[in-house]
This record gives sequence, C-alpha cells and structure tokens, in this order.
Amino acid sequence: MMNTGTIPISTQTEPAWVLPSRGTVGMVCLIVAEAAIFIIFFVSYIFYLGKSLTGPTPAQVLELPIFGTVCLLSSSITVHWAVSALRKNNVRNCALGLASTVLLGALFMVSTAQEWYHLIYDEGLTIRTNLFGTTYYALVGLHASHVIIGLVMLSIALVATLSGRMKELHTERLEVLSLYWHFVDAIWVVVFLIVYVIGR
Amino acid sequence: MANATPVMEAIDETLAGKRPVFEVVYEWATTVDHKKIGLMYIFLALIFLIVAGIEAILMRIQLAVPNNHFISPQVFNQLFTMHGTTMVFFMGMPILFGFGNYLVPLMIGARDMAFPRLNAFSFWISAFGGLLLYFSYFGASGLYGAGSAPDVGWFAYAPLTAKVFSPGHSTDYWTLSLLLSGIGTIGTALNIVTTTICMRCRGMTMMRLPLLVWLFLITSCMVFIAIGPLTAAQIMLTLDRYIGAHFFDTQAGGSAVLWMHYFWIFGHPEVYILVLPAFAFVNEIVPVFSRKAIFGYPAMVAATVAIGFISLSVWAHHMFTVGLGAAGNTFFVFATMVISVPTGIKIFNWLATIWGGKIHFATPMIFCVGFLFQFLIAGLTGIMLSAAPFDWQLSASYFVVAHFHYVLVGAIVFALFAAFYYWYPKVTGRMMSETLGKWHFWLFLIGFHLTFDFMHVPGLLGMPRRIYTYEAGRGWEMWNLIVGIGAIFQVVGTVCFIFNLIRSCFRGEIAGHDPWDAWTLEWATPSPPPSYNFAIEPTVHSRRPLWDLKHPEDPDSDYE
Ligand code: HEM
Ligand SMILES: [Cu+2]
Repeated sequence: MMNTGTIPISTQTEPAWVLPSRGTVGMVCLIVAEAAIFIIFFVSYIFYLGKSLTGPTPAQVLELPIFGTVCLLSSSITVHWAVSALRKNNVRNCALGLASTVLLGALFMVSTAQEWYHLIYDEGLTIRTNLFGTTYYALVGLHASHVIIGLVMLSIALVATLSGRMKELHTERLEVLSLYWHFVDAIWVVVFLIVYVIGR
Repeated sequence: MANATPVMEAIDETLAGKRPVFEVVYEWATTVDHKKIGLMYIFLALIFLIVAGIEAILMRIQLAVPNNHFISPQVFNQLFTMHGTTMVFFMGMPILFGFGNYLVPLMIGARDMAFPRLNAFSFWISAFGGLLLYFSYFGASGLYGAGSAPDVGWFAYAPLTAKVFSPGHSTDYWTLSLLLSGIGTIGTALNIVTTTICMRCRGMTMMRLPLLVWLFLITSCMVFIAIGPLTAAQIMLTLDRYIGAHFFDTQAGGSAVLWMHYFWIFGHPEVYILVLPAFAFVNEIVPVFSRKAIFGYPAMVAATVAIGFISLSVWAHHMFTVGLGAAGNTFFVFATMVISVPTGIKIFNWLATIWGGKIHFATPMIFCVGFLFQFLIAGLTGIMLSAAPFDWQLSASYFVVAHFHYVLVGAIVFALFAAFYYWYPKVTGRMMSETLGKWHFWLFLIGFHLTFDFMHVPGLLGMPRRIYTYEAGRGWEMWNLIVGIGAIFQVVGTVCFIFNLIRSCFRGEIAGHDPWDAWTLEWATPSPPPSYNFAIEPTVHSRRPLWDLKHPEDPDSDYE
C-alpha cells in the first residue's frame, strides 16, 4: 500500500492558466436546457396548427403585437448599455440602462396582458376552447413567465445599482443576467415568427 | 481517528453522546460540500433500490406460476409503474450523479463544485420528487384510498393519462415528481459541466481529463437536451389534467402519438444518460487493474461524443409498431444501427486495454468483466430489435424486457457495483471485504443470468409484457419459474453487498491513500478526503498525475 502525499506544486514558471468564467458557462447550460423546453412547445404549436376541431382560428383573432415586440427587442439594447456602462464604472448610466430595460419589459407584459384580455373576453378563446387556444396560451405563457422572471431579477439589479451596491466588479454578474435577457428576447423572435407570421 | 469516515465519525460521536442527533442531522441537511451531497445522493438511491427491488420481487412472485391471484391487476399495474419510474429516476440517476458529485471535483483537482448551493438545492429537490412519488400511496385519493399509486407505466402513454381514464390524482403525483426531479437533474448537470470547464487545476487540459470526467461532461450535456423535452411534456400533461388543455386529449383532436414522440425523445437519450456513467466507471477501473494506460483515449472521447449525438436521433425505434411509414422506419432503423459503431469502438478499446495487461482480479475488476460480457449481449439484442420487422414481432414482449434489463442491470448495475468496491476505500478509509465481494459477485451473476437469459424465451414464445397473469399450457410456465428463482439469487447477492457496505465501515481493513496503486488525482488525497479536498491546489503534467509522482524516473509527462 503506497502512501503518497499531495501533488507538489511545480516550481517552474507555467503559462498562465485561464479558465472561462463560471457564470457564463452556467448560464449557457441553462439556456441550452431552456431552449430544449421551448423547442418542444414550438413543435406542439406547429404540429397542431389547423388541427383545431372548432374555432376560432389564429387568422380570425390574432393581431400582430408590433408595439410589444419593439419594446422587448429594444430592451436588449438597453441592457447591453447597462452592462457596458458598469464595465466603465459608470453606475449612473448603468442604472439608467437597467431602468429603461425594466420599463420596456414591463410595457411588453402590459401589451401581452391586453392581448390576452381581448382574446379571452372579446373572442372567447381560452386554453380549453380548442387546440389553438391550448398551444397558444401554453407557448406565449411560457415565454411570458420567463419575461417575468427576468424582470424580477433586473429589478433587483436596479435596486442594487441605485443603492450603490452594484460596482464595477459585479460586471460579470450583470453580464450573465443580460445573457438570459437576450435569450428571452431571441425566443420572442421565434414566437413572433411562428405564432403571428407563419401561424396566421 | 485519522481514518474514520465522516459518516462513522458522526455515528460514533452521536452514540457516545458527544453530539446530539439533531446537530448531526442539521449538519448534513445544510451541507454544501460536494462529497457529502454525493454521499446523500448515493444513500437515497440505495433506499430506492431496495424499495423498487421489493416491487420487482412482488411482480415476479405473481408471475412465477400461471393463474396466480397473489396480487390484483390494479396493484400489478401500480407495481410496474412504480418499479420502472423509481429505478430510472430515483435509483439510476441519483446514484450516478452521486458518484459524479463525489468524484468530478476530486479528479480535476478542484475544491468543490462550481455552484455548491445549487448543488444542495438540486439534491433536495430530487429527493423531494422521490418522496412525492411515494406519497401517492397515501395522498392520491385521500388516506382512505391508500394504494392509488400511479398505474400508467413509466412511459405514461396518452390518452391513458387523460382525466377520464385516470381519475383521481395518482397520475398527477407521477407528473409532478418527475417535473421536480427533472429540475434537480438539470441543476446537477449544469453544475458538473461548469465545474469541469471552469474549475480544472493547473495543467489539467481537456485532453488530460480523466475519462470519467469526460463521460460525465457529455452525459450532463445530454441531460440538457433530453430532460428539457421531458419537463416540457410534463408541463403540458399538467396543463391538460388541471386546467383542461388538450395537448394529449384525443377527444379534442390532441395526439397520443405526439406524447410518444416527446417521451422517447427524452427516453432514448435517457438510457444513454444512465449508461455513459457506467462506461465512465469501467474506463477508470479496467486500466488500473490491468496495469496499463487506457487504450485509445482520444478514440474513447470521440466515440462518446458520437454516441451522445446519435442517441438523440434514434428515439422512434421505440415506435416502430405505431406505423411511422416506410421512410420513417428506415431512417430510425439505420440511425439505431449506426450507434453500434461507436459502442463497438468502446468495447474494442476496453478489450485492448486488458489485452496483455497484468490483470488483477479484485472484486471491482470481476464486476467489470461481467459488465463487458453482458453489455455486448445487450447491444446485440438491441440491434436485433432495431430491425423494424423483427421489432413488429417482439415489441412489447418479454424479449424487450430482457433486452433492457441486460443493459440496465447487466451493464449499469454491474459497473455500479464495481464502482462501489473501487471507491469505497477512498470514501470511508476502509476496504470492503473481498470474500463477501466474491460471494456477492457470483450470486448476483448466477441470478442475473437465470433471470434475464431465460426471459428472452417467453418473449420469443409470445408472452406480452405488463400482463398480470397467464393461463397454463402456453409453454411459459417453466421459464417464468426460472426467472423468479433467478430473482431470489439476485436478492441474496444484494443482501451480501449491503451487509458488506455496512460491515466494512466498522471492520474493514484500513485502506491508506491509494490502495489500488491508481493514478488519478482523487487518490492523492487522504482517505476520506478532507472537506477542502486538496491542501495545495495540484498541478498536473500528464493524464496520469500520480504515476508521474510515483515513477519520477519514467513519468508519463515525458511522452505527452
Ligand atoms: C446498441 C445499443 C442499443 C440498441 C440498438 C437498442 C435498441 C432498442 C430498441 C429497438 C428498443 C425498442 C424495443 C421495443 O420497444 O419494441 C429498445 C428498448 C429499450 N432499450 Fe435499448 N438499445 C440499445 C441500448 C440500450 C441501452 C444502453 C439501454 C439502457 C441503458 C437501453 C434501454 C432500453 C429500454 C429501457 C428499452 C425499453 C423501453 C420501454 O419500452 O419501456 N437500450 N432498445
Ligand atoms: Cu431506445
């Protein structure tokens, strides 16, 4: 039975040993897993297109959510601003960027809420009505829940920035959060294409 | 007490009244140490192994003789559902991730996982999922309806799971428990990937990673792509059952075949998620006991990546009997058969590693030899089933059951036992008994072959799976009896194992740091490793860092 100690550290000078940041790698993994979930919802939506036994159909009731889309997509830019501002240690601009991101995201949620209200009370489309209702609310709802989670985290970041607890050295964390937000936006592009463009 | 285990230390101190039980429980429940979490995973999995094993035995008693009325059809349905679900989700995955948790940071020279708190969260949510599944025995129809466990099969085909066909809440327990444990699994996989990529010690380049770490890395990547669809499908099923959505409701135009696709898009990769860690153990154990470096390291890595990719494109071989059409069938037949190429490379490389080595037949090694042999047979019956016409004949027969138990027990469980005997000294500081180990091996081997070799026969003779009894005179009786007897041997073997686990904790020979004269980093730490793993962060120069240290005259690093 051999007893060996710990491995000695070598004395020769080694090339620098740099590894990717944990936050980014972890977030990328999460995004891959989430993307797999979304793909299954997309497939269901496409698979059931036109297979509803009763109305209403997408063409009858859906309208292009241009306003919400513009809001959400531009929020990707504002969050990017926030990150670059923080990297330059410009906390004020960072707060500004985050505040506009939260605002734009909230506007998107308002427009979704209005759309759902219209669909439910004016058109009588619920998740029980037909396959279109089922797949539509499930897919858009899944995306909306991701937006809400993102908004909560961004608001926490905003509060931290305003109270002066967010410093330059936290840039990486904010960047990881912004990755998530970009992902949520990218998913919306696909939702938009499938539900509102192809689906109609 | 230099060589006491954390577990034993805790037991000793509690018995001696030094520390109150509460304090010890609190310490384990709140721990974020990857080694303790790994052990808790393994402990949980062993409990579920016993539970699901009892379910299997009950089923075999029922089927041992024709026209048996030992249990009712309803209970039988619940038994095979709970058995399958438990074995896959609450025994297989936790135990593998338990080993992953314990070993990955040690083997790459890290002090902990990348996200220790996420790690603890993942464990507890998986454990809660398991409890929820079993709580269905009490909760599904209220306490008075005790016994309304899920009875829809581990694949839960639609529309059997629709509210009309499955009233009450038994199916909801199934859905929610898999949803929760799925989240836990994704969390752990995320942790393993991040740890492997971002926490390697100096000099540990990707091509110097121990193969075990590579295999856990790829398994974890598969988890993201496979568990996602399962989670999505569970969400849809929950929406169907709770708020009247129609995803899988055939009355409203929903599709039952879509559920099959979703389930098997998860289900097939899942079997590889289970088998790759088993390969990982064999990759570490076979070279050490052959006293040779693994043959074809890059080929092993490449084959694993290939298996990962191909296995994502073969799911519909579980659906040949649905009627996919000629084009669909042909694609999935060929995709499935292609998998045998990288798998064959692996078998070849293991044999080449053993070839000409100084083989030391300690218990871990003999389990690996059993693994090699049985995995080969399992692959062959798999290839047989992947020929669509053959599958039309045998799908949903006992032949399929024999095939997958050959992989799941003959390969995975054998590799797991090997892993237990191999790493036990590291975890506890004591060796497991070789004598008991050999008893365990032979009893289990005989039992395994009695059960699953002979299970192919009633399959070929047309005995369907999931039937709760059968008439005499069909030519199935004798085979079923033999199968049942084999199961008893396996139980006795497992009892030897569990006894060995517990006994060796107190009586086992003191192991020292490196009892097997191995060469990966975990053996450079004391046994058991301290909570920070390495006093000084190690630096490595080759794939076999301990070899370099022990053979300064001829280190590997000169050749790499
Ligand atoms: C060379 C590799 C393999 C091939 C070609 C193969 C092929 C197949 C085929 C065609 C089926 C479908 C049979 C049917 O339902 O009619 C099947 C079922 C199954 N296989 Fe394999 N397989 C392979 C490896 C594995 C591995 C490694 C595992 C587990 C770790 C596994 C576990 C299963 C399970 C659990 C089922 C049955 C699922 C169910 O119906 O509940 N297979 N296999
Ligand atoms: Cu398969």
